[in-house]
Amino acid sequence: MAEATHDEVHRHPAPKGFIRKYIFSLDHKVIGIQYILLALTAVVVGMIMSVLMRVNLSWPGSKWSILGTLFPTGAPGGVMSDSFYLSLVTMHGTLMVFFVLTTAPQGGFGNYFLPIQIGAEDMAFPVLNMLSFWVTFVGFIVLLTAILAEGNLTVGAWFSKLGASFAGGTGTVGPIGGWTGYPPLSALGPIAGPGQGAGVNLWIISIAIFCVGSLLGALNFITTLLNMRTRGMSLMRMPLTCWAWFTTAILALLSFPVLLGGGILLLLDRIAGTSFFIPGGLFVSGNLVPQHTGGSPLLWQHLFWFFGHPEVYIAILPGMGATSHILSTFARKPIFGYRAMVFAIFAIGMLGFFVWGHHMFISGMSPYSAIAFSILTLSIGVPSAIKTFNWLGTLWGAKIRFTTPMLFAIGFVSVFVAGGITGLVLGQTSLDFFFHDTYFVTAHFHLVMGVASIFGMFAATYFWFPKMFGRMMNETLGKLHFWITFLGVYAIFIPFHAMGMLGMPRRYANFGEYAFLKNAHSLVLFVTIAAIITVGIQVVFYFNFFWSMFKGQKATDNPWEATTLEWTTATPPPHDNFAGVIPTVHRGPYEFAVPGAPRDFVMQTEPEGVEVAAELGDRSGNGGNGHKH
Amino acid sequence: MAATVTNTEGVATAIGGGPRSRGGNGFPKNGGGRDGKDGEPLRFTPARYRIGVWMAIGSIVMLFTALTSAYIVRSASGNDWQPIAMPKVLWLSTLLIVISSVTMEVSRRSLKQQRDARYGRWLMITVALGLGFLGSQIIAWRQLVRQGIYLASNPYNSFFYLFTAAHGLHLLGGIMALTYLLLRTRQRRSTIDGELRRVGAADSATIYWHFMDVLWVALFFLLFFWK
Repeated sequence: MAEATHDEVHRHPAPKGFIRKYIFSLDHKVIGIQYILLALTAVVVGMIMSVLMRVNLSWPGSKWSILGTLFPTGAPGGVMSDSFYLSLVTMHGTLMVFFVLTTAPQGGFGNYFLPIQIGAEDMAFPVLNMLSFWVTFVGFIVLLTAILAEGNLTVGAWFSKLGASFAGGTGTVGPIGGWTGYPPLSALGPIAGPGQGAGVNLWIISIAIFCVGSLLGALNFITTLLNMRTRGMSLMRMPLTCWAWFTTAILALLSFPVLLGGGILLLLDRIAGTSFFIPGGLFVSGNLVPQHTGGSPLLWQHLFWFFGHPEVYIAILPGMGATSHILSTFARKPIFGYRAMVFAIFAIGMLGFFVWGHHMFISGMSPYSAIAFSILTLSIGVPSAIKTFNWLGTLWGAKIRFTTPMLFAIGFVSVFVAGGITGLVLGQTSLDFFFHDTYFVTAHFHLVMGVASIFGMFAATYFWFPKMFGRMMNETLGKLHFWITFLGVYAIFIPFHAMGMLGMPRRYANFGEYAFLKNAHSLVLFVTIAAIITVGIQVVFYFNFFWSMFKGQKATDNPWEATTLEWTTATPPPHDNFAGVIPTVHRGPYEFAVPGAPRDFVMQTEPEGVEVAAELGDRSGNGGNGHKH
Repeated sequence: MAATVTNTEGVATAIGGGPRSRGGNGFPKNGGGRDGKDGEPLRFTPARYRIGVWMAIGSIVMLFTALTSAYIVRSASGNDWQPIAMPKVLWLSTLLIVISSVTMEVSRRSLKQQRDARYGRWLMITVALGLGFLGSQIIAWRQLVRQGIYLASNPYNSFFYLFTAAHGLHLLGGIMALTYLLLRTRQRRSTIDGELRRVGAADSATIYWHFMDVLWVALFFLLFFWK
């Protein structure tokens, strides 16, 4: 134990009090779990909103007395108003994109496992790490307040005292504007209609706060990964999860400031009377808007989508990393084409900065720039295909262990391909002219960015739960959860494509007036029933998650027989991750089925010579035994 | 035990620019993880602060790039764009912040040469110059307000106030960092690790301060000399 005493000087001791240990903790593991719990909370709200939307679309005008009781102005007499529906669209999107798909994959699992997988004691800047969570949490609270400011007359009245641009309590359930908040309507304030008052101000403030939190996190991830890798952990020996988190952090670092800048401009237009996005001579609801001149609504679209497109990769890349990691582990084979996977993930991330225009094909942009954006967009298909074929190559001929995490990882590949393939349709200007703002788009991005990322996170949860909480999740419940969710999401989103081809526009509260959509109503009903079942089965997941935390079967240190550093340490890991004995890495992350090795997996810490094959490219030159666990 | 400094040689090599810390941007040149013998605890590497501050600079550059592109687009999108005459006091601001960059550099070099008293003195001068810059900016604002030039009077004014406010806030962050250095890093530390952190913090604060200087000069040119 000489090393342990040696190291005492460097380590900050584990905190004792409840508040420093669980609330304002500096430990990346606790912060990671906090992020996951935040996402688990936000996703429930987001899911309830999606069910409410489905109910309104399927049975328009029906009375739900509970809605009338909860939202007397938004659903008078229990009948959901159209503005209620529109605010559900807005808040569902905002909650899911920011507080679920951006927090859990990166802030949650990334925070917990990136330092352990590279052999670090903690993040580079623990205080910034704590701040990044709590700033994000404040953003979440502000977003919930936005709901109350529009939906609740009392809270709305408080905000109305702040001035005309903060008038609230319009009786919707929250701000209206979609998660993209397009001006000029989003920039005008209460004159633009219901749900445009205090709620939208708070919505912008919430997003701005979220940007700051994400920036702190991204800075920390990049520094940790570049500076704190343990001995022998060269970049090309990192697990693919780390590459994914690293790329995601770069995307966040470069894209969130742009949204922050745009958000500041939008807020100034609303509350300070500037004209960044509001053109002159604008008529809204029959009234001239006199005080603004010369602004450009398209400017917002450029700023927003310069962030917005990288944001979808921020959501999906960690899922790709987790999938690669888990597929290799349960296929008991090295990942097919490790280097190609690294380059592909980086290529996807970097190309993501040059394709934002494909969200704006119908904005009247020059056809020449549209073609350029189109070609760049379609070229993302190349690294995506490299990843897909490498995943399939990993599975090819493998003796697969069909555990729940593996099922979800395979499910990820399936929904990623199913959702990604329509990207090739929407990325073409001519086809996008028809499909823009239809359910086809909704189907595309829900499958490829929403469901696929969530599948990645489910896989990650089932996979790492034993390391995080020391107990296994129940496999039977897990498989039940997988199959119903897997079939459920296809039952929801395949019909969406058909609706889109019929021309059904997204974000509409009611289709009753459109004769050409009459025949689609049975599809709408089918989707709603599928959605209710799919949302319902998530109860099993929640039950499994919290029940297993206390009653699950005890986990060993390496229950999946995996190779990376998190499986070398105790379960759950001690405060400084490795109890003072920092591991030394001697090999790559996916050494399964190595010829001549005693077992079918070789830990990253095992020194050279356990197998016959000579190891190439080792530069650490230590040769000692770093694995002293 | 091992971390207590018994010979100053180790400290000098560690902070005075061994092969790892000399020049460069602080990024690791080889991809091979951290140094050290097997079983030894891992040492703090001062590149950590530098990488962190470069990342922060990267994101701030993106923020100002976004605002600058908005500025350029907006200047061409309406016929209501009316630049103002430059308040002359902004020349003073520019002079102050450029000088503060020099004093900051003097301060950092004094620390490298282990002249701690001189380090603290020049740090204090830098903080004073930074506060002077902010004061001069506020004077410029007040002059404009007296002329009836407000945030919403004209899109050009909106951008002027926005840019100066955003830069000022970031500079205020820099002043807080320098104040932290003044309060916490003037004492020499007893451990190698502590010394590395002390010098690393001063280094990264210097990088940030120079960046604030460059950023202001760029904004100054954008606002008043770019056509």
